[in-house]
Amino acid sequence: MSVAAAQLGGAQAQARALHAARPLLSHLRALESEAIHVMREVAAEFERPALLFSGGKDSIVLLRLAEKAFRPAPFPFPLMHVDTGHNFPEVIEFRDRHVRELGEHLIVASVQESIDRGRVVEEQGPRASRNQLQTVTLLDAIAEHGFDAVLGGARRDEERARAKERVFSFRDDFGQWDPKRQRPELWNLYNGRIRRGENVRVFPISNWTELDVWEYIDEEQLEVPSIYFAHERPVFRRDGMLYAWRDGAELIDGERVFSETVRYRTVGDMTCTGGVLSQARTLREVVAEIAATRVTERGETRADDRVSEAAMEDRKKAGYF
Amino acid sequence: MRALLPGVRAVTLDLLRFTTAGAVDDGKSTLIGRLLYDSKQVFDDQLEHVAIASERRGGAGALDLALLTDGLRAEREQGITIDVAYRYFATPARRFIIADCPGHQQYTRNMVTGASTADVAVVLIDARRGVLEQSKRHAFLSTLLGIPRLVVAINKMDLVDYSRERFAELVAEFERFARKLQLQTHGDGVKHGITYVPISALRGDNVVERSAQMDWYEGPVLLEFLETVDVAYDHPYERPARFPVQWVIRPAASASAAATGVASDYRGYAGQLASGALQRGDEVVVLPGGGRTRIAAIDTYDGQLEEALAPMSLTLLLEDELDVSRGELICRPDEPALVGRELEADVCWMSEHALQARGRYVLKHTTRSATAIVDQIADRVDVHTLERTEPAAELALNDIGRVRLRTSVPLAFDPYARNRRTGSFILIDEASNETVGAGLIN
Ligand SMILES: Nc1nc2c(ncn2[C@@H]2O[C@H](COP(=O)(O)OP(=O)(O)O)[C@@H](O)[C@H]2O)c(=O)[nH]1
Ligand SMILES: [Mg+2]
Repeated sequence: MSVAAAQLGGAQAQARALHAARPLLSHLRALESEAIHVMREVAAEFERPALLFSGGKDSIVLLRLAEKAFRPAPFPFPLMHVDTGHNFPEVIEFRDRHVRELGEHLIVASVQESIDRGRVVEEQGPRASRNQLQTVTLLDAIAEHGFDAVLGGARRDEERARAKERVFSFRDDFGQWDPKRQRPELWNLYNGRIRRGENVRVFPISNWTELDVWEYIDEEQLEVPSIYFAHERPVFRRDGMLYAWRDGAELIDGERVFSETVRYRTVGDMTCTGGVLSQARTLREVVAEIAATRVTERGETRADDRVSEAAMEDRKKAGYF
Repeated sequence: MRALLPGVRAVTLDLLRFTTAGAVDDGKSTLIGRLLYDSKQVFDDQLEHVAIASERRGGAGALDLALLTDGLRAEREQGITIDVAYRYFATPARRFIIADCPGHQQYTRNMVTGASTADVAVVLIDARRGVLEQSKRHAFLSTLLGIPRLVVAINKMDLVDYSRERFAELVAEFERFARKLQLQTHGDGVKHGITYVPISALRGDNVVERSAQMDWYEGPVLLEFLETVDVAYDHPYERPARFPVQWVIRPAASASAAATGVASDYRGYAGQLASGALQRGDEVVVLPGGGRTRIAAIDTYDGQLEEALAPMSLTLLLEDELDVSRGELICRPDEPALVGRELEADVCWMSEHALQARGRYVLKHTTRSATAIVDQIADRVDVHTLERTEPAAELALNDIGRVRLRTSVPLAFDPYARNRRTGSFILIDEASNETVGAGLIN
């Protein structure tokens, strides 16, 4: 077997190598190569790019792809996290440790600071969420650092508006996405030309599904925050979702805190990210669970998308990721 | 070129990209919805969502499956597709990336976006309305863009009583038109025919399940076709190696490099192998300059390789210190790309501001950008007859024509028919920064 064949991923590839004398890239390795290509285009064509790193699974994959794209050199961009202040502590701990191990630089843009400076007004009440406020903090940080491209881990399979978005998603000087005026995007030729003040959001893993992401994490044996695996924690039920209990959370009449074995499919803001009942305690078990699931990632875990039929589209038009 | 390994057979790809084509309202989005729904690839919450949205739009109890891909607010309000939607699904046979494209002529550029990377185009025809201009335009664009296989789905058969005669009539009509299409030939030298499938996307006939209404049809149902179609990609071993340099990795240039313990003279040429295969020790030529050297190592994050195949992303280390930078193309000296500053290409024009002779644009080709000046518009294609007209003064929105260009720097390229990656370019308007043209080199 050639070395190239040894590079192919997984058991499927081994089977192929046995049956056909012609090694070809597995679909996961083809997606990986496409994403690396996108990242290098960003490095080459923009003056001040940044990569959004939240400590979540998609951005963990982005960091591994960046290692594959740029090592042995350091990354040609800083990492940035828009921290709502309501993130899971396990994720923040992981975020900082992972960045340290990589030897890279992380910028934390804080929603709390935006509130303190009066840039945004915090919602009140038991359903208050800082999810909407993130957009202002993100746009302020882009302006402050002069970023002209921001790499993110959004995938087209996540949501119906995202399914429509380009890999290089042009944003005007208000950070707005205009779905009716997207640039044509042919082959692997990306148009990153912008004027001062405008920026491009770039999504290297646009074509990956949630299952691809987990299979990749498994193949690469990447570390992920512990909340992605089944664990016991105090939760309360609201609108059919299981929310993590945290200090300062307000309960509504009839809600009570109880202990449940859950895991998280996404690691957004604690105030709007629900856990799912699960017994998956290893990567393999998570992969098996995702392969069998009947509910999408956002449908099962995100309260913010239940608001309206076009919640995500509206947020993106306002400058969100 | 490298000899084939003995005993080699064609390999079925495990990833197939396909696109929808055809006029507005032919049922493209409904078909994709049906394909996903009948192959049980729609999640419960998505389905619930479609049910609620269908009801809101007054669809008396019936699911409007087009809402599975028409995800934008304006699309839902108007019941049309405006931009490409990408959907992903898998069957035990294959994984699929679908680009569901708009039919409106106004949005042709979005259709071209979806089609540029497709292996198969599913061209829809409304059985009542017949072969419309837009279906022809899309079929032509699909073949021009080098999509290896076409399947024509004659849709809405439920509205013509599942008539065998009507189906035969439409197949004959499309065949008359298709004779003028440049259907691709593949490594096996066979010119592949078009497959025709009579379907009802609305009712689900011959999409995933075989229709009980059309027992006269003996060909494959659509999903079966998509699962088994051999897009007969040439194996990398059969194609010349093309490696556009994307990015130069020089750790020494960074302050923290010393700490990582990498050799201070590390100089890697990073990029994605566009076609072919490269081996350590191969002699290579760097175009357009022409400098020659050998591959000292093929480096990746996961270690060094003896051999790399397209479409891997990797880093080449060269034996001699040549001055190589982004935009140059590495190939083997016995199978070099063409080099020149004058190009002849078919251009699909995608802007309201017409392309004019003497126009100046930014041209992006592989990893190189140049300024291009249009010398001449040699002809324009009439999408009805597929005939090429006399020299034209301009190309308007959605026109396709043969254009002669000059570039500010030399390019290393191949004809598009031989290499989609090194034979394609885009044109960008210098003032607006919009992508205005797609070019396929002759
Ligand atoms: N009777 C019938 N109507 C269909 C069929 N397929 C689609 N339609 C209807 O045709 C209209 C246009 O469908 P749509 O999928 O939006 O077309 P698109 O513009 O090609 O994407 C909708 O009202 C569909 O319900 C079919 O097989 N039979
Ligand atoms: Mg449609």
